[in-house]
Formats: sequence, C-alpha cells, structure tokens
Amino acid sequence: MMWMNLARAQSLMPTEGTLIATQVNNLYVFLLIASLIASIIVIGGMFFFVWKYRRKTPNDKTPYLSHSTTLEFLWSFIPLVIFLGVFAWGWYVYHGMRTMPTDALEIHIVGKQWAWEAQYKSGVKTSNLVVAPINTDVKLIMTSNDVIHSFFVPSFRIKQDVVPGIYTALWFNANKLGEYHIFCTEFCGSQHSGMIGTLRVVSQEQYEAWLEEESKVGLLPLAQRGEKVFQVKACASCHSTADAGVKVGPPLFKAFGKTHELANGEKVLMDENYIRESILTPNAKIVKGFPQNVMPSFQGQLSETELSALVEYIKGLQ
Amino acid sequence: MANHDSSVNYINEFKGIKSWLFSLDHKRIGILYMITVMFFFLIGGIAALGLRLELFSVGPTIMTADTYNQFMTYHGAIMVFMVIIPGIPAVLGNFFLPLHIGAKDVAFPRLNLLSWYMLITGAFITIATLFVHRVDTGWTFYTPYSIRTGGATAMAVFGVFIMGMSSVLTGLNFIATVHKLRCEGMTMHRIPLFVWGLYSTSILQVLATPVLAITLLLLAMERILGVGVFDPALGGDPILFQHFFWFYSHPAVYIMIIPAMGVISELITTFSRKTIFGYTAIAYSSLGIAAVSFFVWGHHMYVSGQSETAGIVFSFLTMLVGVPTAIKMFNWTATLYRGSISFQSPMLFALGFLFLFMIGGVTGIMLATLAIDVHFHDTYFVVSHFHYVMVGGTLMALMGGFYYWIPKMFGKMYNEALARITFVLIFIGFNVTFFPQFILGAMGMPRRYFDYLPAYESLNRISTVGSWLIGAGFLISLYVIIDCLVRGKKAPDNPWGSKTLEWTVSSPPPHHNFHHDPVVSAGPYEYR
Repeated sequence: MMWMNLARAQSLMPTEGTLIATQVNNLYVFLLIASLIASIIVIGGMFFFVWKYRRKTPNDKTPYLSHSTTLEFLWSFIPLVIFLGVFAWGWYVYHGMRTMPTDALEIHIVGKQWAWEAQYKSGVKTSNLVVAPINTDVKLIMTSNDVIHSFFVPSFRIKQDVVPGIYTALWFNANKLGEYHIFCTEFCGSQHSGMIGTLRVVSQEQYEAWLEEESKVGLLPLAQRGEKVFQVKACASCHSTADAGVKVGPPLFKAFGKTHELANGEKVLMDENYIRESILTPNAKIVKGFPQNVMPSFQGQLSETELSALVEYIKGLQ
Repeated sequence: MANHDSSVNYINEFKGIKSWLFSLDHKRIGILYMITVMFFFLIGGIAALGLRLELFSVGPTIMTADTYNQFMTYHGAIMVFMVIIPGIPAVLGNFFLPLHIGAKDVAFPRLNLLSWYMLITGAFITIATLFVHRVDTGWTFYTPYSIRTGGATAMAVFGVFIMGMSSVLTGLNFIATVHKLRCEGMTMHRIPLFVWGLYSTSILQVLATPVLAITLLLLAMERILGVGVFDPALGGDPILFQHFFWFYSHPAVYIMIIPAMGVISELITTFSRKTIFGYTAIAYSSLGIAAVSFFVWGHHMYVSGQSETAGIVFSFLTMLVGVPTAIKMFNWTATLYRGSISFQSPMLFALGFLFLFMIGGVTGIMLATLAIDVHFHDTYFVVSHFHYVMVGGTLMALMGGFYYWIPKMFGKMYNEALARITFVLIFIGFNVTFFPQFILGAMGMPRRYFDYLPAYESLNRISTVGSWLIGAGFLISLYVIIDCLVRGKKAPDNPWGSKTLEWTVSSPPPHHNFHHDPVVSAGPYEYR
C-alpha cells in the first residue's frame, strides 16, 4: 500500500525519498532534541519550584527579588544565539530546495479543482500521476487553472503553492523507488481533501518504457483508451466489469442498453447520457440498492475524449 | 460623592435591562462583552466538536465535504474575531484596566459602549451569512477562491470589517486611558503588567486593523463590482491578498496572546505571593513583541510564491520575536523561585499556560525555520501549534483570569473543587486533542481536510476523544459560573491577598470604582 510510505516513520516523519528530505530530518531531529532540553529546563524548573516552594503556612514570607541583570542578559542572549543558529541551518537547507538544477528533466504541472495534471515534453499527459526516473534532477513547472493549490510530497519534504497566473517551481532528485503521495495543501474547495495524486519513482529504463507506452495512448482505439482511463481512475474498485459479483457500486457488465430501477422507484435506460451523467454527477440517479454519496464527481477531471472513451469501453462490456 | 455603603455596587445601583444596554460603566460593558464572548465561544465550540466528530473515522460520516468546509470556516472566524481577539482585552481589560490604574472609567465611555455595539453588529452580520449563503473559504478568505466561491463572502467580510472597527475603538480608548487617567503616583513603571499587555495590544489593534479593513473592502469590491485586485483572471495578484491579510493577521496573533501574558503575570505573582521577577523586562518585551510582530507576516508565506530572499528575511525576523517571548517564560519561572505557592484554580490555569505555551513556543521556532516549515506548512502541525498558543495560551489565561476575578466582578465565590476539575479536564483534554496533531502534521496530513488516508485514523480518533474532554471541561465551567452567581458565598474584598488596586475596593466594586481617589506609592507586586 502506498500509505505505508507515511506510516514507515523515522522520528515520526514519512520515508525520506530524497537527499533534501534527509537534510530536513536531521534539522528536525536537532530541533526536537533542543526543544526537549529547553522544555525540561523551563517546565522542569517550574515543577521543581512549584513543589519545593508550595505554601506551607498561611503567612509565608517571600524574598523581594526584583531582577538580575546578569541572569536576564544570559537568558536573552543564549536563546538568541540558538535561534540564529537554527535560522542559518534552515536557510542553508532551504537554499538547496529553492536553487533549481540546470539540465533537469522538466515536467509541467497544472493544478485544477480537483486534480493534478502532468504534461511531459513528449506530449504525454497524465492525471493525478507523475512518473519520474530515479537519481535524476526533476523540475516541476507549475501553474493553476482556477484557484491556488499547493503541491506537497511529504516523503520529499517539498511543498510549493501552485498559483493561477504565474509559474512556480519545485525540484527533486528521488533516491528511492516507490510510490509517494501528492497532497494539495492549500484549501481549494469541496474536494480539497480528495485531490491526491501519486508520484511514482521508477528506474530510467522503466521510465522510458512508460513514456513510450503512454505516447501511444492517443492512437489506441477509443474503447481501449477507455479501459486505461478506467484503470487509472480506479473505477474497478467499486464497479465490476465481468460476471463476478457486485462491489460497492452497480456492476457494469452487460448493463448497457438495459433499463434499471432507481432508488426512488423510477426507471432509467442506461444509454450514453446516463453513463456521462453518472460520471459527472454521480448522485443524480442512484440505482436501487446502492448507497448515496459514495462516488465522487469526476467533473473537471476528464477531458471530453476521455469521457467518450469511457462510454465506449462500458458499452463494450457485453 | 459616591455612596459609602458597600452594599451599593455597580450591579445593583441601577436596575432594568436598559440600564445595562445603555450603560457607560466600563464594568457593565465588560459584563456585556463577557456574555457576548461566552455565547460566541459556545457556537464556535460546537462547530469544533462537529469537525472533530467528522474526522473520527475515514470517509464521510456525519456531514458532507461542503458542510465540513463551512463548519471549519465558521469555527475559525468565530473563534478568532469574536472570541479570542475581544476575549481578554474587551472582557477582562474593560473591567479591570481602569481599576488597575486607579481611574473612574475608561477615557471615552461612550466610545466603549459603541465598540460593543459594533462588535455585536459585525458578528450578527457575519453569522447571518449562515442563513443567506454559507461561507466555505476558511477564516483566511484567500483569493481567488474567496472571489469565486458561492458563499456570501462579501457579507461575511463586511461583518469582520465592522468587528475590526470595534477593535480599533477599544484600542484607542485603552491607549488614551493608560496615558491620561492614571491616578496620583501611578507611574508607567508602577502599572500592573496586565495593563502593559493591554497597552501593547491596543497599539497593535489601532495600527494593524485598518490594513485588514482595507483588504476586506478591496475583496468585497472585487466580488461585487468585479474590480481586479486579487484575481488573476481580472489582472490581479492573489499573493498580494496574502501579504495584506497577514500584515494584519500576524500582529493579530499577538493581539490575542499579549494580554494573556499580562494575565499570567498577575496570576503568578498573586499565587506565589512574590514580586514579579524582571518587571521592566516583561513590560518592555511586550512592546518589543508588538513592534517586531509587524515585520514577520511573510513567515506565513514561505511556500506561497514569494521570493527566497523574502523568506530568509522573514525567517530571521521571526527568530527575533522568539527572544522576548523566551524572556517572559524565564521571568515567570524565576518568579516562582522561593515563592509561597498555592494551587487555587487560577494558579492551576497559569501553570497550565506555562506548560502549553512552552510547547507552542518551541514548535513556533520549528515553524519559523525555513526548511522545516516547507514540510510543516498547511499541515496539522500548524493547526496544533496555533491551538497550543491560542487555546493553550490565550484561553487558559482567560479561564485563569476569569476564576481569579470572578469574586471581584460578582462579589461571590465559586465552587473551588469543581473549578479545579474543569482545569484537569480542559488541560488533559487539550493535550489529548492537539498533541497527536503534531504527529499527524509531521506525517504529512494537510489541514482543512474533510477526509484523510487510513494511516492517519488512529491519531485522529485520539484527537476527537480529547475534544470531548475539553467540551466537558467548558460545560462544567459554565455550571461553575452559574452556580456561583446563584448560590455563591459572599466574596471578601481581597480573597487571594493580591496587591493591585482593584482588590482595595469592595466586591463587587461601586459604580465609580473608588470611594476616594487612590494614591499610589509603590509598584503593583509589593509582596514583602
């Protein structure tokens, strides 16, 4: 499972997928230890004083200690030095994050409500999936179609807002194969929390093979293209496409062209328009016996061609 | 000359609802604010419990994504603009600032009443959007989302605009009061530290809030008239909005915390029966924090698209704010040294404040660190951090201050055992709720998420259970207050043995505060 990348925590952080991530973790571990020591001094001091100097008689007298210049200088100056040290360290790592490599593999990213689109220079386009080769500098050139999004890969410790009207950039050089989450971290509306993509790090050979394969997608017959979209969007996790039982959603095998009974007792003929409506506004007509509000809307996440391809694919499931 | 009979006080001198709604007495206005803030806290708190309940399990449970986003927006906006900002200054500040400095009232009593009316008007407008078209932008109103979303955003920000003006008027009033109405002998170095806190906050309110007002006005213009300021589709710049917004909202964070720090100084000295350690350092560090806080807004924007240089400058300046804050922590702890410490409920809240504020402080340093913030920004780590500061800090101080001053405000004692139970519930509940959120954030869970990955579920469950403890704690607090008003025993004039001026008058204080004009010849914490 992909989320294992998050659960396999080191100092309760996600897997380190890049050198930068390791640098960030080192600084974080230092800060955790420094914070712990500082807290033990202050909170421990508080507990100690509170216990030792608890009120013993109702008429306790206390000494009049108004200030101590030396002490106060020390506890201003020492934190200052520590804070500035931390600042410099943070700056150093941040500078590495923000200095874009030259000769990087460049991928364009477009954020939109509510999906990540990646475009490769060869013309390959993907949705909610970025594939990148291992041990290679990759630069993401990002913009948004609508509102501000933020591109966040926890395992790489990188994050950058994706702003309409300008390009922002990120880079990474992944040193571990695997699949990593891409989250949107700037609130962007209803499906903000569902705007999750996958960053797949593969070997150079696999990357080239994948790119080759994907560039052929446009030339595939429509129904086969639909099958690919069906896989990428994980439709099969809820809809069965063979005569193999019923999942969460209505089965699609031999469903086209038939009349189905809806939850409200009405009947609907499953034609091209019903498929389209069910993809874009899934709750409009729920088939009897299936739950409301489970399927997310794919409005804005599929191109017209992809929709047509899906319709053709589902039609062919006979 | 006022009546010397101590049975006549500000509560019973005049009768009827009108005598309250049109009162110019700062004490009565303080009580009006108290009722208002408690009411809003209840609404904001119910929203918070709803959010946590939804997050108890993966997947949609009790509400839809849109409803969740609305809950999250109203929780944030209500808690920030209607609870935490007016909380300490307008409730405790209004009531005790004049008493603290030996004045009969604030400098502009009519303005004071007007600010209360503006607060409730603004709050009414903002909350009324619930019945018009609910807003889902989050309390930050980030553009261009806030320009394009369907909710009644313009109406909501207009309400916030009015509440902002209320805050400016209160600030002006307090500044004038501190400068002009101190009694004989009350030099600036003899005013209680709570007054220093209120004074520093007032400066921030007067200088920063107008920027918020301008920003919100521009936002409303853009939505209603289509003037392109922030929306790139109209030729605007969405990041400009963030600069404007945080130019106010970062100082606002200090508007929320500095008065709390003032309350803590009062509580710690009283209940350890000791003079404050480093009066000058604490007083001037409040001013220092207030001054530097104007130049750190960009630390909310490290990954917004601002330049690397801007990020570096803001990180550096943010580290500088850490120093006066650390000074205060050390001074409070040092004040406990060789004191005579008692554990009445106000002191428990003060010690709870030190504990939680320490955690809020060190995580603040982490977030100020550029490379770390890139990972933590807009995750639950930030959510947890600011709750540690705003709730663990401000709200703990508000509760502590409340329990401390209730005997003076109403002339009655509350049930101490129950009050301690509320502390235990709120303190433990708070940590159970928010500590797991640090871990969730480090694991990468973004904030404002209606739904999350299964890996985050167990920690979210713990957090939700904690929110019930906090809820129970505040419900019992409400009972403690009602019980105190109904059945409370008569409070003595100075139940805690404090040294500040408000404890020299009868409980509750008379209409004009002092029977004779006070004359001061020593500092506020002369425990010898």
